[in-house]
Amino acid sequence: MQSQFDSFSAFLNMGGYGFFVWLAFGITALSMLLITAHSLFVKQQIRKTVAQEQARAIRILEAREKRKRARQAKTVEQTESSKQTNSNLDIEQKD
Amino acid sequence: MWKWINSFAKPEKAYWLASAMQPYFFAIALLGLTVGITWGLVFAPADYQQGDSYRIIYIHVPSAILSQTAYIAMATAALVGIVWQWRTAFMFISAIAPVGAVICFISLFTGAAWGKPMWGTWWIWDARLTSQLILLFLYLGVMSLYLAFEDKQQGGKAAAIMALVGVINIPIIKYSVEWWNTLHQGATISKFDQPSMPAEMLWPLLISILGFVGFIGIITLIRFKNEMIIRDKHRPWVMQMFAENSELQRLSASKKEVN
Repeated sequence: MQSQFDSFSAFLNMGGYGFFVWLAFGITALSMLLITAHSLFVKQQIRKTVAQEQARAIRILEAREKRKRARQAKTVEQTESSKQTNSNLDIEQKD
Repeated sequence: MWKWINSFAKPEKAYWLASAMQPYFFAIALLGLTVGITWGLVFAPADYQQGDSYRIIYIHVPSAILSQTAYIAMATAALVGIVWQWRTAFMFISAIAPVGAVICFISLFTGAAWGKPMWGTWWIWDARLTSQLILLFLYLGVMSLYLAFEDKQQGGKAAAIMALVGVINIPIIKYSVEWWNTLHQGATISKFDQPSMPAEMLWPLLISILGFVGFIGIITLIRFKNEMIIRDKHRPWVMQMFAENSELQRLSASKKEVN
């Protein structure tokens, strides 16, 4: 296939219609780039926010679990100590 | 028999399909746009009447045709959404509307830049140009209706009805050059048995159209996936998807520490 233009400047000149041809192609390229960039930007933003929200949810769940375990440990401790007192009382009564 | 198609009403299935189609559209867009535009700008012969200004056709005709095709795709999704109550169909409308609007704007702008040297004016209020401008407003209307509602399901329905009503504009655009007197030239390639273009001009145009199809496809798919994640971010399938990702990240991070 043969190029239709003798030189690069002839290519830019487009037979005298350079301004209109390059205006049309330039704005087209710009619009396509902008919507591509916007779509990819939104994609990244969403991924970030969803990951953050999820990490937060996991942290909340873990904290809740921790508190629950602490509370349970405390109750166990209390029952243990009260058992101890009871048995001490039993011994005292036996004596 | 057509029951399987209803599984695509589920976002997780639609997301999977969109991801599977993405690489093909990307390849078509890259190849079609590069080959079609280069061929059209450098190697196709100049027009005997319009000289090199006619080369705008390699972006003007693809964007003009496909802005209408994209509208029909959007209206089809609107019909599916309203009749079968698919959530994903409304998400598709919101994904393709901005892409269609950009393509429609490109067709109008390149038309103006072609009209100035050939007709002596950037713009004229004739049937073809005006109906194409209305198409742009229809796209913008669908987008803003969708965004105007807090409840996205409501917004989707409103936008879908607007998209369906606007379909009437498509045949008006198509036949405007036959029904009314206009500056705009008639169809170039739709009569395949006898196209009004020689093959060495027609081939790059067809390839460029294919490239635009790929471009519209890939951008719509990216936006469609975005919309599905935004709308469903608290639903289990999205949570699971991101949980898998973060699990992978944690694993790779711990591996690095070991090394």
